[in-house]
This record gives sequence, structure tokens and C-alpha cells, in this order.
Amino acid sequence: MAKGIFKSSLTKKYTMAATGLFLISFLVVHASINAMIFFNDGGKTFNEWGHFMGTNLIVRTMEIGLFAGLILHIVDGLVLFFQNRAARPVAYAYEKPNASSKWYSRSMAILGTLILFFLIIHLKDFWLKTRITGLTGEKHVFVNGVWMENLYSEMRLVFTELWVVIVYLLGCFSLFWHLLHGFRSAFQSLGWNQGQYGQIIAFSGDAFSVFISALFASMPVAMYLNLVH
Amino acid sequence: MTTLKYNHVVINNNMENGMNLTLKVWRQANAEAQGQMTEYKLGNVSPDMSFLEMMDVLNDGLIRKGEDPVTFDHDCREGICGMCSMFINGEAHGPNRGVTTCQLHMRSFKDGDTIYIEPWRSAGFPVIKDLMVDRSAFDRIQQAGGFVSVNTSGRTLDANAIPVPKADADKAFDAATCIGCGACVATCPNGSAMLFVGAKVSQFALLPQGHPERHDRVENMVKQMDAEGFGNCSNIGACEVKCPKSISIENIARMNREYMAANLKG
Amino acid sequence: MELINKIPDGPLDQKWTKYKNTARLVNPANKRNIDVIVVGTGLAGASAAASLAEMGYKVKALCFQDSPRRAHSIAAQGGINAAKNYMNDGDSTYRLFYDTIKGGDYRSREANVYRLAEVSANIIDQCVAQGVPFARDYGGLLDNRSFGGTQVSRTFYAKGQTGQQLLLGAYSAMSRQIGKGNITLLNRHEMLDVVVIDGKARGIIARNLVTGAIERHSAHAVALCTGGYGNVFFLSTNAMGSNVTAAWRAHKRGALMANPCFTQIHPTCIPVSGDHQSKLTLMSESLRNDGRIWVPKFKEDAEAIRAKKLKPTDLAEDRRDYYLERRYPAFGNLVPRDVASRAAKERCDAGFGVNATGEAVYLDFASSFERYGKQQATVKGLHNATHDEIIAMGKKVVEQKYGNLFQMYEQIVAENPYETPMMIYPAVHYTMGGLWVDYELMTTIKGCYACGEANFSDHGANRLGASALMQGLADGYFVLPYTIGNYLADEISTGKISTDAPEFVAAEDNVRKQIESLFNNNGTVPVDHFHRKLGKIIWDYCGMARSEEGLKFAISEIQKIREDFFKNARIPGVQNGMNPELEKAMRVADFIDLGELMCKDALERNESCGGHFREEYQTEEGEALRVDDVYNYVAAWEFTGNPSAPILNKEPLVYDNIKVQSRSYK
Repeated sequence: MAKGIFKSSLTKKYTMAATGLFLISFLVVHASINAMIFFNDGGKTFNEWGHFMGTNLIVRTMEIGLFAGLILHIVDGLVLFFQNRAARPVAYAYEKPNASSKWYSRSMAILGTLILFFLIIHLKDFWLKTRITGLTGEKHVFVNGVWMENLYSEMRLVFTELWVVIVYLLGCFSLFWHLLHGFRSAFQSLGWNQGQYGQIIAFSGDAFSVFISALFASMPVAMYLNLVH
Repeated sequence: MTTLKYNHVVINNNMENGMNLTLKVWRQANAEAQGQMTEYKLGNVSPDMSFLEMMDVLNDGLIRKGEDPVTFDHDCREGICGMCSMFINGEAHGPNRGVTTCQLHMRSFKDGDTIYIEPWRSAGFPVIKDLMVDRSAFDRIQQAGGFVSVNTSGRTLDANAIPVPKADADKAFDAATCIGCGACVATCPNGSAMLFVGAKVSQFALLPQGHPERHDRVENMVKQMDAEGFGNCSNIGACEVKCPKSISIENIARMNREYMAANLKG
Repeated sequence: MELINKIPDGPLDQKWTKYKNTARLVNPANKRNIDVIVVGTGLAGASAAASLAEMGYKVKALCFQDSPRRAHSIAAQGGINAAKNYMNDGDSTYRLFYDTIKGGDYRSREANVYRLAEVSANIIDQCVAQGVPFARDYGGLLDNRSFGGTQVSRTFYAKGQTGQQLLLGAYSAMSRQIGKGNITLLNRHEMLDVVVIDGKARGIIARNLVTGAIERHSAHAVALCTGGYGNVFFLSTNAMGSNVTAAWRAHKRGALMANPCFTQIHPTCIPVSGDHQSKLTLMSESLRNDGRIWVPKFKEDAEAIRAKKLKPTDLAEDRRDYYLERRYPAFGNLVPRDVASRAAKERCDAGFGVNATGEAVYLDFASSFERYGKQQATVKGLHNATHDEIIAMGKKVVEQKYGNLFQMYEQIVAENPYETPMMIYPAVHYTMGGLWVDYELMTTIKGCYACGEANFSDHGANRLGASALMQGLADGYFVLPYTIGNYLADEISTGKISTDAPEFVAAEDNVRKQIESLFNNNGTVPVDHFHRKLGKIIWDYCGMARSEEGLKFAISEIQKIREDFFKNARIPGVQNGMNPELEKAMRVADFIDLGELMCKDALERNESCGGHFREEYQTEEGEALRVDDVYNYVAAWEFTGNPSAPILNKEPLVYDNIKVQSRSYK
């Protein structure tokens, strides 16, 4: 492998794309498991899966990889952001950027930052409690002969506050725009945008962004409005 | 720092019933000088004029008043040499699609309009004077690998010895129509030159003549591109919209593949 | 001056081979110590610079643009001829040679033209090897199309951008050598003088256009590949920067200027729209395959159209005059460029022009819409198609063939050519005249060469379509690289040439003085004013039709413009920095001198041939009348120090292989 590759602008692109797709795969898993709350079985299935994810050794190892991927995505994004700013030392006096591109494509750094803020709140709400400080509500539940952490009741508890629900909705909103560009951008960066494949990727990306963001957003809303039980 | 003394110059030419325009033009005496936007009022502009002919009228008036005319790059004035390079009203080559500044006509504007005219802005394109920038970075990228290494002996294979599928030939041609104007860089919010480089890499990658050196070519060209101070591509796509030859960002994707293949192969 | 053209002995088809086999060579170790300057980076310059550098010479390449890729060869649309006979339609080297000589109205050198035809096939091979994306058919092989003035399909093309693709090919070859350090590129540099020491070109004086520095560059040979001088007309299809300065400065140092009055006026350009016009745009000649050219038959209709009281589509067939079809039934709308141009001028001068200025004729596609539409209806089996449906289908076919040209027209004129006929008018496009060169492409200054449009060589009095690209690349890739060695073989022991020689000092001083005098005249009028005035005079009196009276008047007017220019031109800005007005002023000064010489040349040539049409010398039907027994020569003009008093030298043209005939397109 040539030495220059680690410094190259294209390697930064590949890194962004690869970590982005990895994070997208995490979103799929995360959303699928969370969607178990809609079984309306008092959180039984959801808690079972939550327990599996929290205790399985392979999953726990992958969690380290997930954090590493996230940090790489952030650091690479920041490097790109500052390098790109330096590439135009004198700004235009008058610019009409919307004439040629979408605002969200140009705002990946700010959208990413918003998602990061949301993520910190989100991690404090759930991950920190399950891993370190302990749950605040009904701590354990007995399912199929196993005592496990009652994440379902924690969710119900967290989403009783309206402002929390709003913060989560804003998070999903940022995620939607971030994905709308990020999904197809990742494929373009990896060189998979070509002719009809490009159209398939574009359509899948749009559909995915809508679906995954709406799915996530529906959870706090459903809990707040007592639509799940 | 150089201050320009001729703010608000009013110029009328001898044509009748034209448009009255306010021009806000970037004036910068040379590469080292500090520049600034300067305002000109220009009267009686015919809608049939090209944008550069409007600039000619402005300059004619400035010279007659004893002022320094606005310097800008231009040559063929038919959209193929790639020399003209103005950022007009917030867009590279002005408001229209698929055209260069020299193909833009004043009928795209209306009486009373204010028009901002600025040079390409990029760390890779330093300003020489006023609206004229130095684009030799593109030449250096080309010199790094944008060629097929064949000497001009005239004793190469017969031109028809290697058939090239029409689809590939057409795609190579589309990539090869790049005029090297730099609108992609000027438009890109990141100041990236990847559409330019992607187009050149694609042209040769699509043709059998370019295959033997394809890996070295893409590596060397990307390396030079990075060294010139251009930004990174984040797939915003503004470049293909403002490219006067409508070159597709599929060419950037192809470059990405080529570069990856080159490095995986080692 | 005795003109020795150095044409080798022997049969026509063996001259070039014989020359190559006997020309002296320079060994690789010596080439490294030999400097060559190439001025201009169009097809001829870029290909010459790349080839010479590959051979091992140390090359310096100059262009006034910001990059070699901008040279105006890039704007050529149609294609490049080559005698490949891929279409199996009977083409051969001899036929290409014959067509070129005939197209040039028997005013070019046989040996040069034959060599051009001979190397034409190599050009295509070379360009394909470089990755030039020529048009291909579905089998993956190269496609050809036909062009005016020939009966075979030998034109290779890349959509309507053949010049661009060929130039980028040459530019990439050149870039490769720049990257290797074999070529030093001096972009934004303009050559302002040739330095001649002991009768040999030893370098040049150039101005760095960014810093304004006057630089001396020495070399063992200088090649001028600086294109044509069409911009002497101010309005032409040339780029704004195209100029005669390098060639003219060489002329002033002893290089003869040949046939300067041979200029080509292209019939299908977009007409002038007003006083602000800065340049003209060509519409490819290929449009004449499907468009029919006409003007109103009656003057009152023409007047109504000019006053916008009548639309062309309102005019019934019997009120239209398809004048080319009327005058030239055999060739119709496909007569050669010079004939079509003159016929348009004749109708407009007679008061039948159709735009506000009265200088435009119609190019009408209506009958093609119908013809192609009916064809489509038949192919698709639509026997009951309405007239509107047929026309719509026909428009689709025309769009596929010429869509980009129609779009270009609409952008400039703001009229939809699918709905109303296009308006066209002839415009200056190419100059066949140029620096006199011998068979080796050397001018009358030893060691100073001229290639491509800058020399007078191969096109005689009229150039055929798709031949300019061929000649530029032939000179640069395949001729100069061989012939230059024959001269440089004597230079291997010369060593590095010092730029401190008194000739360099004097030449630099001369340039500085000219610049200072332009700055210090306290004028008030922009340079373009004089250029427009000069262009108008030359267009009116030394354009499509010339007369003794008009030319004499033009000469006196040009002399007045010269005086006025040096007194009243204002050069704003600084000497020591970027100053486009100064660049223009120096170019216009040379155009003024050249313009006068063109008129003198046209006055001297008492015949009509190709692009040179003297009103006194025409047949009863108004066709060109050549006078072969007197004017079958190359007029090579020598500079005497006074631009108004040049000396005429003649190189007789000898035709051993072709019978000289008169052209007929009736």
C-alpha cells in the first residue's frame, strides 16, 4: 500500500464513508430492538433483547468498536471541516449557494454537532444508567426466569417530560437531514454511484432517512401519549 | 494596502433605451494588495450584449475617464477555452446553467439590477489582479499524470487496432469535455477540485489506451491536487450543477474507485 | 531576395521519405545541450513542443494565455481529415492531396501538400494512442463524416468539439514533458521580438504579462506557432487574444510574409447584433447539409422584415429566393466557403438582407423538418400522421444532429431556430497567408521556423473544411521534429547562447522604447476604438470583395489610423504589472502594419482566386477569374523599415503532378 494514502483527501473521504455506513448499520440494529416496544407486551420482548445486547460478550466487544467508529467519524469530520474552510481564505461578498446545492449537504458539520449534543443527552439518559449509575425507576424485571434490567420502565419514565420528548424529536430531525445527505454520500465516496445504481442508492437513501428517523421519533411520542402499554 | 479612489464611477455609453445597472466589482491591484468591492453605475446596457461585452463597455468608459479598467480573463468568447472565470451574483458563470460567463447575455438581467462580480475564491487560485486568478494549479495536476505515456513517433498501432465500446468512448468523451475553467472549485463550498481531477482520471480510465498507467496516474494526480491547497470533496454536488459542460459527479465516484483500486493493489 | 524552397528532387510521393532518409541527425547527448523556443501552444505549438522535448531537446514553450490548453485551436468544431480510407470509399493520399490543392484554388505548393496528405493517417493513430476520444460507431471503430469540397468521408470528429479534444491530447503530451522537466512552460508571456545574431535566430524578447518584466530568452532555434491574424478585422471568429505580433515582429527582423491577402470568410456565422459586438461565433459548416439558404425575392418584403412588420415564416415559397440553389444547381447549398460567402454578400449589398443591419440571410430547416418527419412516420408506420406530428418528429431528428448548435444560436440571438429560420452572415475565420516558409518550415531567418496557421504553407487561396487541424498537428508532430535537426546538426558545438550579446540588449531596448512611447503619448482614446476602425476598413475594402479603388482608399485610411493611433491611444495602468490594455495596444500596432500589407498584396494580385476576390476579375456570371499565367506565384513580402514600402518577392508555383483547372460548382 502506497504511503501517501494516509494523508490523502480521498482516504479522508473513505474513512468518513466507512464509519458513516458502520454507524448506519448500528442505527438499524438500535431501531429494530427499540421497535420491540410496539409489541405492547409491557416491554417484555424489548427487555429481553435489551438484556441480550447488554450481556452478550460479542455485542459488548462491538460496542467498543462502535465508540471508536463514532470518534473517528467525528475527528475526521472536524479535520475536513477546518481544511475545507482553509481552502477558501477569502469569502465571497455575495453567494447564492441554494442555487446549486442543498442546505443540508452543506451543513453536515453543524447537523453532526447537533446530533452529538443529542447523543450526549441520550447516553446520559440510558447508557450511563445501565452501565454505571443504575436505573432510576423500577430497576429489575423477571422475564422468562431471568432477572434483568427494566429498560422499558426507564423509557416510560424518561419520556414523561414534554421537554425531553422535544429534545429527542429535534435529535431525530437532525439525524434525518444528516442521513439524507450522508447515506448517498457514503456510496458516492466509495465509488458506488454509477448510472442506474446511483438512482437506486438515491432512492434507498431517501427512504431510509425518512423511515429510520420517523421510527425513532415515534418512540418518545408514543410513550408520552401512552400509545404503548 | 491599496485603496481605490474611483468608487461610484458613472458610465453612460451612446446606446439608447438600454438597462441601467449597478455593478459591484472586486478590485485588487495585484496579488499582494488588499482588494475591495467597488461600485459602478453603468447606463444604457443593451440586452443583446454578452456579459463580457458589458464589461468592455464599462472598461471603455473607465479608460476614457482616465481610470484603470477592470482586469478579467477571457479569450474565445464562445464557451470552450475556459478562460473566463467570474463569480456573478453569487454563482460561478452567473445565473444560467451549462454556460460560461462569455455565453451569458445581458437579457438575463433587468433594468435597475445590482450585479456582484467577484473572482474565483480558492486557496488554489490566488488572485493576480481584479477578477483574474492564477489557475496554474490545474496545469500542475495535469503534469503529474494527466496523459498517456506515448511518444509522437507516428509509428503507434493503427487507430482502429483496438476497438473501444461506443458506450465507453462516449463516457470518456463526456469527461473529456472539461474546459478547465475552475467553476467547480469556485462553486464548491469546500473549494474542492475533485470534479476537474475526476473528469481527467475518468477519461483515461475508460479508454484502453489509459489502462497501463491508470494506478500511477490517479495516485499522482490526487497527490498533486492535495498539495495545491484545494479542499476536500464532501459530495455536495454543486460542482456538477455549475459546470458549464455539465460534467457528472459520477466521474468523482470513478476516481474514488480508481484510487482505492490503486492503493489496494499497492 | 532569392527564395529557395528546398523541395527535394524525385517523384512527388517519395520526396518526404527521401528527405527524412537524408536529413542530418543530432545525437542524443548533443540534443541535451540544444535549446529550442516554441512560441504558442495551439495544435502546432503544443505538438511541436511535446515532440521536440521527447526527442531530447531542451524546450521553452510560451503562451500568452494562463494555460497552454486555452489556445484557440480548442474552438475548432467540425473535424480533422485523414486519408485512412476506413470507409472504403476510394480515398487515398493522392486524393486528399488533390482535393486540398483544388480547394486551395491552385495556389499552394505541391510537395508540401502531398507531405501533409501523407502524414495525415499518422495523426489519427497518434491521437488515438494519446487517448483522444474520437466518435466511434457501435462496433467500437472510428466513425467518419463527410465535409464540403470532397466526395469521400475522411473526416474524424469528436462531436462538435474536435479541436478541443485534439488540443487537449497535444496539451497532455506537452504536460508529460513539463512534468519531466524537458519543457519549461512560460505561461502569460508574450513574445515581442526575435533576436537575430549573424543572420540566425538566437532567441526572443518576451514580456511577462503578470509582472511586466521584459525578459531575454536564448535558444538555438525558434519555432513560431502563433496562429493566424484574423483579428486584424477586429470582428472574427478568432479568440480575443489571437494576434499577429510574434509573426509580425519576426517579419520586421527579416522573415517574409506570404500571401497576406488570402483570408477565409466562413459563410455560416451568427450575424452582428450591434456596435457593442466584440467577436463572432461560428455555426458549424455541417448545418448546410440540412439547411436551405434564402432571402426574400422582393425588396419590399426584405424591408418589411427588417422593420419587423413581417415574419420570415409569413413569406410564401414564391416570394423567397433560394439564391445558392438558383445560381449553383449542381452543388446548391453545399458550394465551398468562399463561394457561399460571396453570394450572401451580393444579396445583402443588393438590399435583400434580413436583420436590422441588413447583413444577414436565412438558413431555414423547415423543409428538413418535413423530410425527416415523413421518413420517421414511414419508419414508425404512422400513415395517418398529421402535418404537425410530422414536423414534430422531424424537429426531433434535427435536434439529435445539431441540438447543441441550435441551443448555442438561441443563447446568443434569443430566437428559437426550430420556430423561425436562423439568421447567418459570413465572418472572418482563418488566414491562409502567413510567414513564408521553405519545405523545412524555416522562414527566411535561419533557425526561425513557422508552423500551423502562422505559416502560409498548404492551403493556397482557400482552405477546405477539417484541414486546419490536420495541418497544425502535421507540422508539429511529424514535420518540424525531422526538419529542425537538419539545421541544429550545425549547432552542436555552439554551446549555450549568452543573452548578454549586444543584439539581445538592442532588441530589449527596442521593446522598452515602444512600450514607453505608447505610455507617454498622453492620448485619451481606448485602443479598441482604433482596432474597430481598422477592422471596419479592412472588412469593407479587403474582405469578401476587393477593388483597386477600394484598396487604394483603404491603404490611405490605414495610414491615417496609424498616425492617429500613435498620437491618441491611451494606455492606462502600469508598465510593471498586469496590463491587458498595453498588450492590446502592441497587438493593434502590428495589426495596423499588417492590414496595410494585406491591402497592398490584394492590390498587387490582379486576379480572383479562392478567398481573394477582385471585383475587376470575374466571369460574366460573377465567378472568380484566375489569371494563372501571371499570378501563379507566392507573393512573399519583405519588410524594409517603412511599413508602407515593402518589397515583393515571388516564388513561382510549379504543378508537375496536377493539371491546373478552373473550379466550377454550377
